[in-house]
Amino acid sequence: MASIKVHLEKCTGCTLCVKACAFGAIHMADRKAVIDMAKCTLCGACVAACRFSAIELEKAAGPKKDLSAYKDVWVFCEQKKGVIQSISAELLGEGRRLADKLGVKLCAVLLGSGMEEAAEKLGERGADKVYLVDHPALKSYQDDPYTGVMVKLVEEFKPEVILCGASTIGRSLISRVAIKTNAGLTADCTGLDIDVKERLLLQTRPAFGGNIMATIIAPNHRPQMATVRHKVMKEAPVQPGRAAEIVSKVYPEETFASRTRLLDIVEELGATVNISEADIIVAGGRGMGGKENFAQLEELAKVLGGAVGASRSAVDADWIGYSHQVGQTGKTVCPKLYIACGISGQIQHLIGMQSSKTIVAINKDPDAPIFKVATYGIVGDVNELVPALTKEFKRVLNK
Amino acid sequence: MNIIVCIKQVPNTTDVRIDPVTNTLIRDGVESVINPFDAYAIEEAVRIKERCGGKVTAITMGPPQAENALKEAIGLGCDEGVLVSDRKFAGSDTWATSYTLACAIEKLETYDVILCGKQASDGDTAQVGPGISTHLDIPQVTYVKKISEINEKSAKVERMTEEGYDVVETPLPCLFTVVKEINTPRMPSLKGMMRAKSAKIIKWTAADLEADPAALGLDGSPTRVVKIFTPEPRKGGEMISGSPAEVAKELAELLKGEVV
Repeated sequence: MASIKVHLEKCTGCTLCVKACAFGAIHMADRKAVIDMAKCTLCGACVAACRFSAIELEKAAGPKKDLSAYKDVWVFCEQKKGVIQSISAELLGEGRRLADKLGVKLCAVLLGSGMEEAAEKLGERGADKVYLVDHPALKSYQDDPYTGVMVKLVEEFKPEVILCGASTIGRSLISRVAIKTNAGLTADCTGLDIDVKERLLLQTRPAFGGNIMATIIAPNHRPQMATVRHKVMKEAPVQPGRAAEIVSKVYPEETFASRTRLLDIVEELGATVNISEADIIVAGGRGMGGKENFAQLEELAKVLGGAVGASRSAVDADWIGYSHQVGQTGKTVCPKLYIACGISGQIQHLIGMQSSKTIVAINKDPDAPIFKVATYGIVGDVNELVPALTKEFKRVLNK
Repeated sequence: MNIIVCIKQVPNTTDVRIDPVTNTLIRDGVESVINPFDAYAIEEAVRIKERCGGKVTAITMGPPQAENALKEAIGLGCDEGVLVSDRKFAGSDTWATSYTLACAIEKLETYDVILCGKQASDGDTAQVGPGISTHLDIPQVTYVKKISEINEKSAKVERMTEEGYDVVETPLPCLFTVVKEINTPRMPSLKGMMRAKSAKIIKWTAADLEADPAALGLDGSPTRVVKIFTPEPRKGGEMISGSPAEVAKELAELLKGEVV
C-alpha cells in the first residue's frame, strides 16, 4: 500500500509544502513538516513542491513493464457528419511538435463512414500516417463501437501518446479507452511537453480549482493519454499536397455492435450558440440591469462577428439561456477577445474565461475583481458604453 | 427500480478566496459541499424513483467526513447512503476511483440506473462516470439533459452536444452523466432532514470490496503529479477613461488586431 513520509533530516521548515497542500493536511511542528494522515489524499502536490526532496511518496512498485514496443503519437480526429472538426487540426499541430521531440511518427486516427477522402487530407495537416476505420456503424459517434475500435487499434499498433479533444465526444470516448487499455489519462491539459530521456508526456493542467497548475505523468503505463480543450493549442498549418500513408483497418462485425441506439441528431442553431468555438465573446452579467439591456450585447456581438456569453447571475435571472453561461458551472472559453460587460468577476466566472487572450472589462465598480484580469478596463455605465462600442465598431468595420 | 447516484464532496468554491500574495486558494474555513453537478444527479434519481418506484442509493468514495454529503443526499430524497472509505484509497486518480466505485456498486447486488454529475467541480475531469460504466461493462450516455422515457428495460434520453442534442435509446442497466439543464434540484424537505439526521450510513472499507488491492489508491493509479506551480497571476492592464464615445474610439483602435 502506498504511503507518504517526511524525511526530517532533509526538512528545512520552509513551509512550501504547507502552501502546496490543497487539503490542509500539513502543518509545522518544531520547524518540521507533519502530515495529518486523516486529511492527506496522497496527491503528491507537496512532494512536487518540496525543493529538498524531504517528502517521499512510496508506491508499491508494480511489475516492471516493457514499454519499448509503444511508439508514435496519435491524434484522435473527431468528425461530425463527415466533417473533421477543427479541434483535430489543433491537436495535429501540437502532436507534430511532440512527435518530433520523440523522433516518432504523427498518426491521425479517423473513425467514420465514407471518410477516405477526408483521411487523405490529414497529411496536409502534418499526419505521417492515418489509421482509418470506415464502417456505417461509425458514421456518428456512439460509445460502444468507437471504444471497441479504438481499443483494437491501440492493442494492435501500440501508440505511446494519444491526444484527444476535450469535447463531449472526446471526453466520453477516451475515458472508456483509458480504462480498457489500463492507461493514464489527464483531462484538459493546457500545456504538453516531452521528457525526451524518459519518453514521458508531461501534462500540465489546472488543479484543485484552478489557481494551481500541476504537471502529471504516467511513468509505467502506455499509451499516455491526454485531452485538450478547443482553442488551447495552435492549429497545424496546411501544407498543400503533403501526403500521409493511409492504413485502412477492417475489424470483425461484432466490434461495431452498439448497445445504445442513436435515434436522432438535433441541431439547435442559434438557440445554442457554441461559445467555446467563438473567437470573440461579448458577455454580460448582473450589471446589465435587465433582459432588454442584455439584448444590446447581441448587437455588439453581431457587429464583431462574435457570440454572446453570460455570467451565472444573468442566466439565473433568465436573461439568456444556460448554453451561454461562462464559468465553473458553465463553459470554459478562451477566445481571442472577451468583453465582460457588467460582470463583477467572481472566481467561478474567472475560472471560465481568464485564459482569453485579450480581456476588456466594463463595470461601474472600480474595485470589481474583473479589472484584475482585464487587459483594458473601463469604469462606467455599460448601458452607455455598449451602444457606443457598437456604433464605433460598425463605423470602423464598415458594417 | 434500483437507482444509484454517485456523488463527491468538494470544497465550496463560493467560499474560496485567493491569497493576494501567494496567489493560491485560501482554504481555511472552506466548507465541503456536494459537487454542484451531483445535485442534478441526485434530483434526477429521486424523480426516476417518483416515476417508476424503487430505491435510490447514494454512494461516495472519500474521507470519513464525506458521510455528511451522504446524509445531505438522504435529506434530498435518497433512501440510503454508502460511504466507501479507507486509507488504501488515498492517492486514487480517475482510473482507481472509478474502479473502486464500480467494485462497490457490484457489491450492491442489483442496479438499473447509475447517475453521476457530468464532472466534479474540483477536478473537472469528467472521467469517473465513463470509468465506472466501463469497469462494470454497461452502456453509458454522457451529458444527459433529459430522460424522456424510462421503464424497467430501457430509457430514451437526450444527450447534449456542442450543436444541440442527440436522442439516444439504451437498455438498462445504464450509466448516465447529467448536465445542469436536466432539472432544478428541490430544497431539502423538513421530513428529509429529519430522516437524514437519523439515517444510518453503510460504511465499506477496501476489505469489504472484492477488489484487486494493486488496483486501489495510488498503487492502482497510472498517473501521478510531478510538479506543481502557481501560474503568474494575470496582470490587470490599462484603464481607459473618457466619454463613452471617446472610450469606444480608443478601444476600437487598441483592438484592431483582435477584431477583423
